[in-house]
Amino acid sequence: MAKTFDLKDDSVVVVVGSGAGGGTLSNELVQRGINVVCLEAGPRLGLTDIINDNGAMFNRLSWLDKRFGTGDLNATLPLWVCKTVGGTTVHWAGASLRFQEHEFRVRTVYGNMPGANLLDWPTTLQELEPFYARAEDKLGVTGTSDIPRLPGNNNFKVMAAGAKRLGYTQVHTGNMAINSQPRDGRPACHQIGFCMSGCAIGAKWSTLYTEIPKAESTGRFEIRPDSMVVKINHDNSGKATGVVYADKTGTLQEQKARVVCVAGNSVETPRLLLNSQSSKFPNGLANSSGQVGRNYMRHMTGTVYAIMPGRVNFDRGTQMAGIIKDESRHDPSRGFAGGYEMETLPGFGLSGVASNTVAGAWGLEYANVIEMYDHFAGMWLVGEDLPQAGNGVALHPTEKDKHGMPVPVVHFKDHANDVAMRNHAYKAGTAVYQSLGATQVFELPPFPSTHNMGTCRQSEKAQDGVCNKYGQTHDVANLFISDGSQFTTGGAENPTLTIVALAIRQADYLADQLSKNQM
Amino acid sequence: MKAHAPSRRDFLCSTSFVAVGLATGGYMILAPDYAWALSTTALDAHTAQTLLVMARQLFPHDRLGDQYYATVVEAVDKQAASDAALRKLLTDGVARLDGARGIAWVQLSNGARNAVLKTEEAGEFFSTMRTATINNLYTNPLVYRFFGFEGSSVEHGGYIDRGFDDIGWLPNA
Repeated sequence: MAKTFDLKDDSVVVVVGSGAGGGTLSNELVQRGINVVCLEAGPRLGLTDIINDNGAMFNRLSWLDKRFGTGDLNATLPLWVCKTVGGTTVHWAGASLRFQEHEFRVRTVYGNMPGANLLDWPTTLQELEPFYARAEDKLGVTGTSDIPRLPGNNNFKVMAAGAKRLGYTQVHTGNMAINSQPRDGRPACHQIGFCMSGCAIGAKWSTLYTEIPKAESTGRFEIRPDSMVVKINHDNSGKATGVVYADKTGTLQEQKARVVCVAGNSVETPRLLLNSQSSKFPNGLANSSGQVGRNYMRHMTGTVYAIMPGRVNFDRGTQMAGIIKDESRHDPSRGFAGGYEMETLPGFGLSGVASNTVAGAWGLEYANVIEMYDHFAGMWLVGEDLPQAGNGVALHPTEKDKHGMPVPVVHFKDHANDVAMRNHAYKAGTAVYQSLGATQVFELPPFPSTHNMGTCRQSEKAQDGVCNKYGQTHDVANLFISDGSQFTTGGAENPTLTIVALAIRQADYLADQLSKNQM
Repeated sequence: MKAHAPSRRDFLCSTSFVAVGLATGGYMILAPDYAWALSTTALDAHTAQTLLVMARQLFPHDRLGDQYYATVVEAVDKQAASDAALRKLLTDGVARLDGARGIAWVQLSNGARNAVLKTEEAGEFFSTMRTATINNLYTNPLVYRFFGFEGSSVEHGGYIDRGFDDIGWLPNA
């Protein structure tokens, strides 16, 4: 049963955000007997609110509050993330990959790369492996333990056939947090498509209908939707004491807290810390390093669409259940450091294909391309991008949102390594389709960023980053970073599984500290 | 490639829509064969007709009748009814199209219409109409089914038993 906590109850852990980081952490903490209040900026939807309509669901789920994008980002929609209970786990495609061993120590492996702010993680793959295993079990990831992989749809079969012709060997339907058989009270995938509009039957893991109701059933958890946190308060000793948030009527409230954990995604998390500046912390909370808001990463991405010689119907079935992993290795002989994954991606409906295939195109020739819609195949290219000190999140000097909080300005420019990797990936993706006689191939630039990482990074030394390997901030012992913001570097893999693994580990650590009265 | 037979576009240009002024201040625009009608409240008949031809010129599909492009005009008209700046943007845009060659833009040849549109490409009028056409034409179920996008599938049980893996043309090796 859901519980409510008093605003003045300073024994609770407050979690900001209810997505992969915040939703998971909340449930993990309450399962260990700790009381949690989770504040979520967005509304709470149910499965019946999820429909197969890309445009309607984009408007219903997305974080559309004003943001400025500069550099290579979309100016008005730099990110494609969600403002809803469940956060971006409602939208995500379900790809659940572990980082590779070397991706935790890229400063050592890649060496000094001019312009990049590389740093090794303070953690290793070996340390994280048990938590990856627990995360995979929680999410029901296909291809792990005894969980079968999903069947391949047409778009996968095209990619796999081309991959085979090119000699790629690591090709399968992925490690997906989408049930291939009924599990955990949720059904198997019906190959509906529209995964990224929200899974209407709950076959895809989302905290909306897994972690959050499980947490509520303990009687130790309260989720408050429509609650936008604007500031973290602290006392004279520099300890966090609670958070100020705008409730659904816009009225500011203060929830007291024993511990504050921030999981607002990689723009809102540093925005909140920066907006919590005080005379004691003039540069923002937990920012003695100056690294809050810096090193923003969004992965090297790009998309390849191809018009194939026969019908594909690439919108049918699980959207991202298909992967070529061969290019994810670190192999500097290709002309760049790090690697990338090639994953199936359909077109977000006819209007999506018309908007995105060639930006700004029109006329008879382009209309003829759109008429080949049912012959389209598509893949997404996603790889490691390098952290750069100048890529990041800042508060707008004058413009404020309706709660009086400065609007975030997000800046990102590709590193030369990102560009070299993208060009290699475009060629590789194009070759896959051309090996099967594709009549036309299109290389699409990055969409608004869904993989957002690094703006409050983990570091061994306090001067290099914001938090330690448990996500605990170096400066404020009872303040934690609980989302992808804590990534030191981004790896080639979709980040959610790593966010969940880190949240489980953080819950273990936090529960241990609380039991020893260390907070 | 298309044959030399007269296309729907060419037919359209040699034909006039029928416009009827309404007591409400708007217009009813009827197809030449009276098969469909479009009504406006904010846009005058000439602007509305020109935008309809422009929507087709941007994304010309012989397989689609004008009534589908008319939904684009209805959508921008509805917005313009409560957005004076948009109304001015559209009306001024049409006036520029007409002014480019000294005769009404819709009366120009296909190639000349494209050439005039090209000069507008970087502007807000053009991008507004391009976006409106994509968002209203290609999201219409009667349109997208023509192109093989099948729309919502959850009510049909998804594609698990309806061809998610039915591809037949791939080589075996």
